[in-house]
Amino acid sequence: MMNKTEGPAVRARGLTVVRGKRTVLDGLDFDVPRGQVTGLLGPSGCGKSTLMRAIAGTQAQVTGSLDVLGGPAGSASLRSRVGYCTQAPSVYDDLTVRQNLDYFAAVLRLRARGTVDRVLADVDLADHADSLAGNLSGGQRSRVSLATALLGAPELLVLDEPTVGLDPVLRRDLWDLFHRLARGTAGDGTGGTTLLISSHVMDEAERCDRLLLMRSGRVLADDTPAALHDRTGTGTVEAAFLRLVEAANDMEAPR
Amino acid sequence: MNVTRTLATARRVLRQLGHDPRTIALLLLVPCLLLLLLRWVFDSDPRAFDSIGASLLGIFPLVTMFLVTSIATLRERTSGTLERLLSMPLGKADLVVGYALAFGLVAVVQAGLVTGLSIWGLDLDFAGSPWLLLVIALLDTLLGTALGLFVSAFAASEFQAVQFMPAVIFPQLLLCGLFTPRDTMQPVLEAMSNVLPMSYAVDGMNEVLRHADVTGDFVRDVCVVAGSGLLVLVLGAATLRRRTA
Ligand SMILES: Nc1ncnc2c1ncn2[C@@H]1O[C@H](COP(=O)(O)OP(=O)(O)OP(=O)(O)O)[C@@H](O)[C@H]1O
Ligand SMILES: [Mg+2]
Repeated sequence: MMNKTEGPAVRARGLTVVRGKRTVLDGLDFDVPRGQVTGLLGPSGCGKSTLMRAIAGTQAQVTGSLDVLGGPAGSASLRSRVGYCTQAPSVYDDLTVRQNLDYFAAVLRLRARGTVDRVLADVDLADHADSLAGNLSGGQRSRVSLATALLGAPELLVLDEPTVGLDPVLRRDLWDLFHRLARGTAGDGTGGTTLLISSHVMDEAERCDRLLLMRSGRVLADDTPAALHDRTGTGTVEAAFLRLVEAANDMEAPR
Repeated sequence: MNVTRTLATARRVLRQLGHDPRTIALLLLVPCLLLLLLRWVFDSDPRAFDSIGASLLGIFPLVTMFLVTSIATLRERTSGTLERLLSMPLGKADLVVGYALAFGLVAVVQAGLVTGLSIWGLDLDFAGSPWLLLVIALLDTLLGTALGLFVSAFAASEFQAVQFMPAVIFPQLLLCGLFTPRDTMQPVLEAMSNVLPMSYAVDGMNEVLRHADVTGDFVRDVCVVAGSGLLVLVLGAATLRRRTA
């Protein structure tokens, strides 16, 4: 039987992904603890989305071991337990917001009447439920995509830059929601959700319980924000991020 | 396969169409207008219209559903919704059969209109029952949907997808017996036409045109069209990959 509540939510050992001719992820070892918000940071192109796709089970050419919620990533039983929000919003532009969510809820076989209304309220789109997704603003469309991932209260949420292009008020509200989900006080009230969230926004990184810092397909740091401040002698995650990435760049620079 | 998910998929595809009335109008009206035009072209020779008109009844559903499905599935791939669906508990068969059901429904309406127009409006002279025409039209839809789904896996863009139409459909059009009877073709071409499914769709329509009863040839034609439709549908489902590069 799969171990449902013990052990980390994600456990990677020697995780390697090849895309085309490139080795995009190169032997990653890390754990994502349960019931916490883990931030995934790193320069553009370092492999954040690739890692998230591997965890969601949509990435081909994955080697090494990658366990999600106690079973191998991508296995059939995980498909209703992991919510995944892609970087580019994936919604049907020729359906209304509610029709989009109705369909994805039907795929998850969620019958409860309030489910769709709840996630609409979570992403603050209740007023736009009957607008065509194609007629929404960029930020609104990405919130429809996020709402889809929230359907069915999954145990693990993998969110690829969910707050990109949103205003500060909305971003604060969404991060409040993420923390409520992790504490188990949001959604339908079932236990704490594990969240893995990629971001380029450094004040969001400060709000994570843990940070996974990547650079060119490797893990540079895996720690709490406070421990990163201490280790680098800096006061912000942004400064710590710059220091670690530059130190790594210098090590690699030709003599 | 799961009935709830399949029906939900069919309903979603129909809802998408529902927001696109122009596509619905084109799907339903263009075949009727083309038949009307053809009737005019053969104004002096109504018997020639019978045979070509009957063949077209077998060709319209195949071609339109091929185009609609290949673009719809390609959009599903490029918009990321396919990746999302396949990371959710949706079976590949749920998706494929859902599409086939939705477009099948559209095809029933299309075939009904076209058949009604040709029999009552254009005096197309059928010996057999109009219901048999509808059966072939439906199986044609299945085949067109299946072919569209299958080729969309090999198209990286809408540009490529529409080019599959001449590549996949035109050879079948040329060889299906619309232009010359298949048994008068050069043997190599006849052999080719014998393995292309559209030939059987057209043969089936012509059987209904000429015979009042269900003939053995008609049954064979129906089986070939249905069988190749199912085969290509399975191949199309196999091109859906949960994991992509
Ligand atoms: N389909 C693909 N085929 C081949 N290589 C790819 C493909 N998609 C991405 N890559 C490569 O994989 C590497 C990592 O890409 P990835 O999308 O994971 O980066 P990222 O960290 O998410 O970047 P960003 O912050 O810009 O979203 C990049 O070098 C990119 O060029
Ligand atoms: Mg990315």
